[in-house]
Amino acid sequence: MIASQWVWLAVALPLAGFLVNGALALRRAPAKLAVSIVGPGVLLGAFAVSLGVFLGLLGQPPHEPHIVPLWPWMPAGALEVDLAFQVDQLSAVMLLMVTGVGSLIHLFSVGYMKEDPGYARYFAYLNLFVVCMLVLVLGSNFPVLFIGWEGVGLCSYLLIGFWFTDKANADAGLKAFIMNRIGDFGVLVAMVFLWRELGTLDFVQIAGRAPEMLEPGGTVVTLITLLIFLGCTGKSAQIPLYTWLPDAMAGPTPVSALIHAATMVTAGVYLVVRTNVLFAMAPLSSAVVAGIGAVTALFAATIALRQYDIKKVLAYSTVSQLGYMFLAVGSAAFAGGIFHLVTHAFFKALLFLGAGSVIHAMHHAYHATHSHQDAQDMRNMGGLRQHMPVTFWLMSIATLAIAGIPPLSGFFSKDEILASAFARGAEMPVFYLYYAFGVVAVLLTAFYMARLITMTFLGENRTGAEESRHLHEAPWIMTGPLLVLGVLSLIGGAINLPTFAGGHHALEERLEPVTAPGAAFARVELPHGATELLLVGGAILIGVVGLVLGYRATLARRIPTASEAPEDTGLARVLNRKYYVDEIYDAAIVRPLVWLSRVVLWKGVDQGVVDGAAVNGTAKLSRGLGWLGSRLQTGQVGVYVVLFLVGALWILRAVTR
Amino acid sequence: MTGGMAPLLGPALGLSAILFSLGVAGVLLRRNAIVLFVCIELMLNAVNLTFVALAQLHGASGQVMVFFVMTVAAAEAAVGLAIILAIFRHKQSVDLQNINLLRG
Repeated sequence: MIASQWVWLAVALPLAGFLVNGALALRRAPAKLAVSIVGPGVLLGAFAVSLGVFLGLLGQPPHEPHIVPLWPWMPAGALEVDLAFQVDQLSAVMLLMVTGVGSLIHLFSVGYMKEDPGYARYFAYLNLFVVCMLVLVLGSNFPVLFIGWEGVGLCSYLLIGFWFTDKANADAGLKAFIMNRIGDFGVLVAMVFLWRELGTLDFVQIAGRAPEMLEPGGTVVTLITLLIFLGCTGKSAQIPLYTWLPDAMAGPTPVSALIHAATMVTAGVYLVVRTNVLFAMAPLSSAVVAGIGAVTALFAATIALRQYDIKKVLAYSTVSQLGYMFLAVGSAAFAGGIFHLVTHAFFKALLFLGAGSVIHAMHHAYHATHSHQDAQDMRNMGGLRQHMPVTFWLMSIATLAIAGIPPLSGFFSKDEILASAFARGAEMPVFYLYYAFGVVAVLLTAFYMARLITMTFLGENRTGAEESRHLHEAPWIMTGPLLVLGVLSLIGGAINLPTFAGGHHALEERLEPVTAPGAAFARVELPHGATELLLVGGAILIGVVGLVLGYRATLARRIPTASEAPEDTGLARVLNRKYYVDEIYDAAIVRPLVWLSRVVLWKGVDQGVVDGAAVNGTAKLSRGLGWLGSRLQTGQVGVYVVLFLVGALWILRAVTR
Repeated sequence: MTGGMAPLLGPALGLSAILFSLGVAGVLLRRNAIVLFVCIELMLNAVNLTFVALAQLHGASGQVMVFFVMTVAAAEAAVGLAIILAIFRHKQSVDLQNINLLRG
């Protein structure tokens, strides 16, 4: 109870860091030492606070959430919105995950961004992001959550376009922002509906009132949940709004690890779990959520098979894994979704930071020889194991984790999701199909991850004879956080061990108070006994097969370097070009919209109607009338006299009549 | 005749009307500024004649008014001639056709 009162400190510390680093960024002289201390320092402080809050909550039995009110924000008639934080089991887990992984990534950034001229600006943005993310997970009502929801979008935009002098990076930032805005529209409308139907925007009150005031399975609750889910597809990069995430890789690699793998993109999953009672009351929406998740998991995994940019592979992998999380929450396994969210944060942050370490080394090698080869293209790598053994081993651990090999963290979380989807199939047969999608995605995940590791670290080195002498392992400030994440990826599954592994679903029990309102409507009973073991065994087998196939297939052929590689053909080309989805969106939506804006709205409405008819038209009319009037002013005295006379006679006539 | 009280009232008013109309016609038709000016004087004096003629019926106030008009006409003549002189110096002409600076 006491610890919870101090939760605002977890937000205030990074906010102070943002202000300090922002002020330092405006100074001409770089203050790298101060930034290096303040940037990660405030995060470690926030982590300490979060740990205190978490442990304080752990010592008590599950109960009502602590609401920490800060000040009244919108006291408008019946609508009373306080700026308040909600500390319960769910937000404590998220708090710990965000500040923990965030601290490690801040530390890694000290090494990774050391030579960047925008060092202070980078840490200012990164601190601000953590502030927004914490507001998002701590907000006790929709509007406060929405502050964070928009804030992380802004920071994502700022950090994707961090190297904004390159237009492609600035465009990628813009794309991410616009895609997110489309989703945010859904959340906003959902908020209005919730206010109209329930008269509250408070999470606790929503959970209390929804079962009484809304009809389960009714149109209203289905509409609200679908609108919320629209926001989730934007923020968490699901079909149809996922295309921004791969482009977001234009930002610095630690940013990809923090924002576009571990924290921000999981906000959608968090929101669904936070409003679990609504989703549980709308089986149709849940089926849509799970369906989109399953399809996205499979779809993104196929694209990842043929990407050559190491970060692009990981980006599509993230989209795919987020699909798994939505499959879980759509199957009413809310705790399972959070479980995978946490383990995914560990191993995906590790993979991204490992990739950052590799890119760092490649970049230095090419920089030393003044080569202009692509430092992110896996075709230019190969054989890096000899040069960077620590990174290799840690990334291998993460690969095994994401492929679902026991006893690593990903195995338990992914397994629970698949089991939940399978169990849900008993009620709604379409979930068997989703389960099948998930299983195929497991195979593909193992395949593309094995391909990534093999292309990057194994086989012959393709960097170049001169360059390979400059390849070296990253400094300890970068490998240190990797090591911590490696350990977490190894043992992270321990937080929610299933019964067959000697556990008792600890995380699920902890989250019970949060998921209870939803569980009253939709409860997933995980399979037990032979069925369970069969499912688990099958998943492991598929994962191993995928890894072996990926390894064999990649090692079988000689890989040409990026500059001499021929264009892909056939299916590989379609996959490499991401099913041409970007091109389809461009042709179907972007270009018609630009045409409409340019030809109809700009040239037609703005220039034609507003400027032409309204503004210039009024001016022209006045000028015309003025011209007509000025024709009377001939300057000829005679004319004036005539007019004067006519006027005089007219008045005379009027007077004498 | 309208009676002994006002002898020659009709012819006086008639003459006044004729003189006034001549003045108006002159102002309307002539272009020379001096002639125009003379025509204006003609109109003023036509009005004076009316005042004097009607003073027989309405008392001496009409005659007093004539003195006012004559004073104003004298002042006007001084100012007007000065303006015409200034225009002539500037334009070497007093033809009003050439003076249209106020045209819109």
